[in-house]
Amino acid sequence: MPGLGASFGRGAAATYQQDLANSDCILIMGSNMAEAHPVGFRWPMKAKERGAPLIHVDPRFSRTSALCDVHVTIRAGTDIAFLGGIIRHVLAEEKWFREYVLAYTNASVILSEEFRDTEDLDGLFSGFDAETNTYDPQKGRWAYAGTDDQPTQKKSEPDQAGVHGYGLMGAGQSGAPTQRDETLQHPRCVMQVLRRHFDRYTPEAVSKVCGCSPDAVTRVAELLCKNSGRERTSAIVYAVGWTQHSTGVQIIRTAGILQLLLGNMGRPGGGIMAMRGHASIQGSTDVPTLYDLLPGYLPHPTTDPAHATLDAYCKKEGLPTGYWSNFREFVVSLMKAYFGKAATRENDWGFGWLPRLDGDYSHLLTTERMARGELTGYFLFGQNPAAGGLNGGMQRTGLRALDWLVVCDTFETESAVFWRDDPNGPPPSEVKTEVFLLPVASSVEKEGTLTNTQRLLQFHNKALDPPDDCRSDAWIVYNLGKRLRELYAGSTDAKDQPLLSITWDYDHLEPQVLPDGTLSRIESDPDIDRVLQEVNGYSNDPSTGQRKLLPGFSSLRDDGSTACGCWIYSGVYPEVGRNRANERNLTDNPVQPNWGFAWPHNRRILYNRASADPAGRPWSERKKYIWWDGQQRRWVGPDAPDFEPDKPPDYRPPPGAKGMAAIAGDQPFIMKPDGLGWLYAPKGAKDGPLPAHYEPVESPVGNLFYPRHAINPTVRTFEGPLNRIAKTATPEFPIVACSFRLTEHHLSGAMSRFNSWLNELQPAMFVEMNPEHAAEQNIANGDWVTVRSPRGAIEVRAVVTLRLQPLDIDGKRIHQVGLPLHWGYAGESVGGSVNDLTPLIADVNVSIHEGKVFAVRVEAGRNASQSPTPTKPPAAWPTREPIADTPDSAQPEGEFTHDAGA
Amino acid sequence: MTRELEISELPQSATPPSSRWAKAVRLVMYPFRRGETPAKQAATGFYNDTTVCIGCKACEVACKQWNQLPADGMNFTGNSYDHTGTLSAESWRHVKFIEQFPSKTETSNDGRVSLNLVQPPAEGNRWLMMSDVCKHCEAAPCEHACPTGAILYNEFSNVYIQADICNGCAYCIAACPFGVITRSHFDGRAHKCTLCYDRQKDGLVPACAKACPTASIQFGPIDELRQRAEKRVGELRERGLAKAHLYGDVASDRYSGLNSFYLLIDKPETYGLPSQPVNPWTNMKGDYVRTVASGLLALAAIAAILLGVGH
Repeated sequence: MPGLGASFGRGAAATYQQDLANSDCILIMGSNMAEAHPVGFRWPMKAKERGAPLIHVDPRFSRTSALCDVHVTIRAGTDIAFLGGIIRHVLAEEKWFREYVLAYTNASVILSEEFRDTEDLDGLFSGFDAETNTYDPQKGRWAYAGTDDQPTQKKSEPDQAGVHGYGLMGAGQSGAPTQRDETLQHPRCVMQVLRRHFDRYTPEAVSKVCGCSPDAVTRVAELLCKNSGRERTSAIVYAVGWTQHSTGVQIIRTAGILQLLLGNMGRPGGGIMAMRGHASIQGSTDVPTLYDLLPGYLPHPTTDPAHATLDAYCKKEGLPTGYWSNFREFVVSLMKAYFGKAATRENDWGFGWLPRLDGDYSHLLTTERMARGELTGYFLFGQNPAAGGLNGGMQRTGLRALDWLVVCDTFETESAVFWRDDPNGPPPSEVKTEVFLLPVASSVEKEGTLTNTQRLLQFHNKALDPPDDCRSDAWIVYNLGKRLRELYAGSTDAKDQPLLSITWDYDHLEPQVLPDGTLSRIESDPDIDRVLQEVNGYSNDPSTGQRKLLPGFSSLRDDGSTACGCWIYSGVYPEVGRNRANERNLTDNPVQPNWGFAWPHNRRILYNRASADPAGRPWSERKKYIWWDGQQRRWVGPDAPDFEPDKPPDYRPPPGAKGMAAIAGDQPFIMKPDGLGWLYAPKGAKDGPLPAHYEPVESPVGNLFYPRHAINPTVRTFEGPLNRIAKTATPEFPIVACSFRLTEHHLSGAMSRFNSWLNELQPAMFVEMNPEHAAEQNIANGDWVTVRSPRGAIEVRAVVTLRLQPLDIDGKRIHQVGLPLHWGYAGESVGGSVNDLTPLIADVNVSIHEGKVFAVRVEAGRNASQSPTPTKPPAAWPTREPIADTPDSAQPEGEFTHDAGA
Repeated sequence: MTRELEISELPQSATPPSSRWAKAVRLVMYPFRRGETPAKQAATGFYNDTTVCIGCKACEVACKQWNQLPADGMNFTGNSYDHTGTLSAESWRHVKFIEQFPSKTETSNDGRVSLNLVQPPAEGNRWLMMSDVCKHCEAAPCEHACPTGAILYNEFSNVYIQADICNGCAYCIAACPFGVITRSHFDGRAHKCTLCYDRQKDGLVPACAKACPTASIQFGPIDELRQRAEKRVGELRERGLAKAHLYGDVASDRYSGLNSFYLLIDKPETYGLPSQPVNPWTNMKGDYVRTVASGLLALAAIAAILLGVGH
């Protein structure tokens, strides 16, 4: 999420789904919200019922498009061009929100004289190193003028690709701006750079790239302009249709620039709603499961000497101004949570015990290493790379190269049966991997929190014990840890000390009681309540030794008196007996602050200081949200202010101020060192301070905007026999393919293709193609066809539909096809896996792949070698015994056979 | 279709005919019935607003789960996203998908590519979705046709099939003008939506309405629903959807009102609904006459043959 982080300061959705009902216009792009998030889609529908236009820009006409007022078909992967066209319209027609932009963004900041834009260097920013294909922001002089004028003599070390992509959060150091031009006329001020940068994105040029009509760009732009400003706000909704691109981070940056120009950030009905891919993906980046982060977006220490000690690490990663100035408090409290009493001032709070990163260990790169035979073992928790991972063939080659694999899942997924049922694989006798399948509890059989797409923590209670040997993932990890600690007990070896010192004490203090009043039969289950209390943070009363839960992260200290497992979650468990994630209290307040707990500090709309003007008054009565109450001398409103609650709007930092004191009373983006929204990002994105259109890695056309640089110059492709890539347009693979989701299935189908009720709704893998394309290939609706990419081939059914339209791209007829991503070779319903076609490439910021656009061709006819057979028969009916002691007439209506004697 | 048009020309009435004989039979039979008849409640039903349906099929799954209905096969149809095909004894909710796109290019592929497009609307590209269900007619032909009394109106004025009384004669299947009912191949009996009678008895909303994320399926007292729906039609028309109208909200002179009615934005035929549903009983008088006449004719023929043989 550095796209959002670089623009606003936090890599998380800036608003909440319910607030979409307050929007006056919603642009849904890179998201198939009605299908992938049907429950959340009720809020855009409420806005529509009030008369707000809904706009869907997408390669396909999906169920989302069907419910929107405007649908624009664009070629997959050209989102920056389309959004750039809108930004150009906003700037050229002077429709931007002047007061907002002047006060709350860095539009007036003057940039270094030596900085060069893509417009000057024909598609590259200054600071590019053609040898390593990376940018050095320092050499390129991306920083504000006056803050970094003396280039260091020694060659500065560029950040390692991938590492700390998420960690940046846009916090990267960049001194506060010293030179500004409030008239916005200075040729090197951000506003003028922006104007020049987007000048070439005319409706005609955009139309040539995207394949939509020039009018479509103007129409969407005008709808957004008309519905933004003092009285009105527009929202943007995106999902993995934006992130899963080689330019994903920059697409989101483009949306950030647009929302800042229109003055929609931090305001009700505005913002950017990032829809996450599944239930707790937000949680998994917060706490996190990412290799390059510690909980709460603290960068994981690396082998960099500047990370050797805690002091050096804090100096390098903390910031002197803005909220990140509390960095040391967060880290020390985390160490206390990790190591408890063992973390002392003398041993640097155990900071040296943390492992050090020496490279990119993201999922994709690990796969690549695995396929080269460099890994021996692998744990999978609810992950199904054999069908859900990019370049499935390579994923399975990797799994076959392992010595052992542990799969923790509710069903026997593709990853659990790859040794036996992979139609492309060798016979089982030739697979050396030993596979352990640990059956896990389903979500109703365990307790815990989910952090949803809008940063909302919701606790779910355990309804019943899991059956048989099924255990929760937490049980597996907790008991694995316990046994490992037993193995090393008593060791004095230095390398064993972190394992022996770590806090690993989450046993239930009292027997676990189920909702029906009976005792749980599961032994040594960890008490999730205790885990959540540690995540929230506590202080130890020095006199009594009693634990006291912390009310929030402002109580964290760097003297070892507080412990906190994830500082942004602090406040979720403020006192014993009050788990705010488990609260479901509805009130008159439309923000519903007592339903769950949103990080940080239960703020539902981030940067909401911007909902008031610089003087603290609401921009308009209609869009009132947080404002300064002069009598109470506080920020008030229905939501918790995302600002120091008693800092007056006229506060000005004294010279040399540090920490939050350096943020003025009219600077809403408190995570930023300068408190401003970044139209231009001097740091935070590794592929440029401004977004520029590059083609997808596999594209049927060249880059019309920057012909010398077809694709994102920093992207990493891992070409090889297992990962062939059609880098230049080839007549062999002329079709643009994009993957998409259906409501009826979930991800790789690991949870849905084992359920007959869902399988009957979407029983087969298919490809959506337009009739013209189908006619060229002599394909009729419903036929079996083979879809081929440089990586592999799958056989699927053809859905010939006018919902897909052929495009004219710069005079060339281009067809697009859509492939749902839900099938594989395991389960009741089996079929070709779209990931057997997708390439394994990685962007430079977060090592995200480009699963949303790749090159294929479609041929009539089956591909017999690719026909998997179901690994599970459909459910036999009835699936349950009749309910005991109950007459037939009171049995569930449909259980026909119970009295039929059949 | 032509037959339907033909029949629709006949004089019709929304209420089934009821003879003096039928009344007399009821008078004699009813005192022998066992059990208490539940007290009559306010009539309930569904208001299905197709304009907010997102085609998620949550209603289909919720219905099957609550009622423990079997999955009836993984059949890829190629008909848009509709793989359920039809309402049946196993599928009591069915989401229909209607793709309306003007074809820009004529695609003739030896006649193989046939999209069978319903006439595209003037409004532009549309993908209509509609969750279909039993209409719970106020005067239901199936209830009228049922010879065993298995089909009845419950206290919520919903049409309900008592599976344990049903003898599988299939008269209701022929009688329903909407094609709602089929027989289950599990037990040979007729099944259809019960409007979650069991849930209603416990004060719960039917499973489909509960699961619907966009309030496309609304459940409640039918009078309230009708008012809500009329207001919504007014709003939609104001916004330029001139074709927005309610289907089955009130009785016409030919067919009774439906306790499960629809808000549509195109002709009913577009959604596979009959524009003028036909009551089988409009044919009954003629059928009786024809039956008696052909019976007499047969007797006469037999008599003639016998007499002729005697000679």
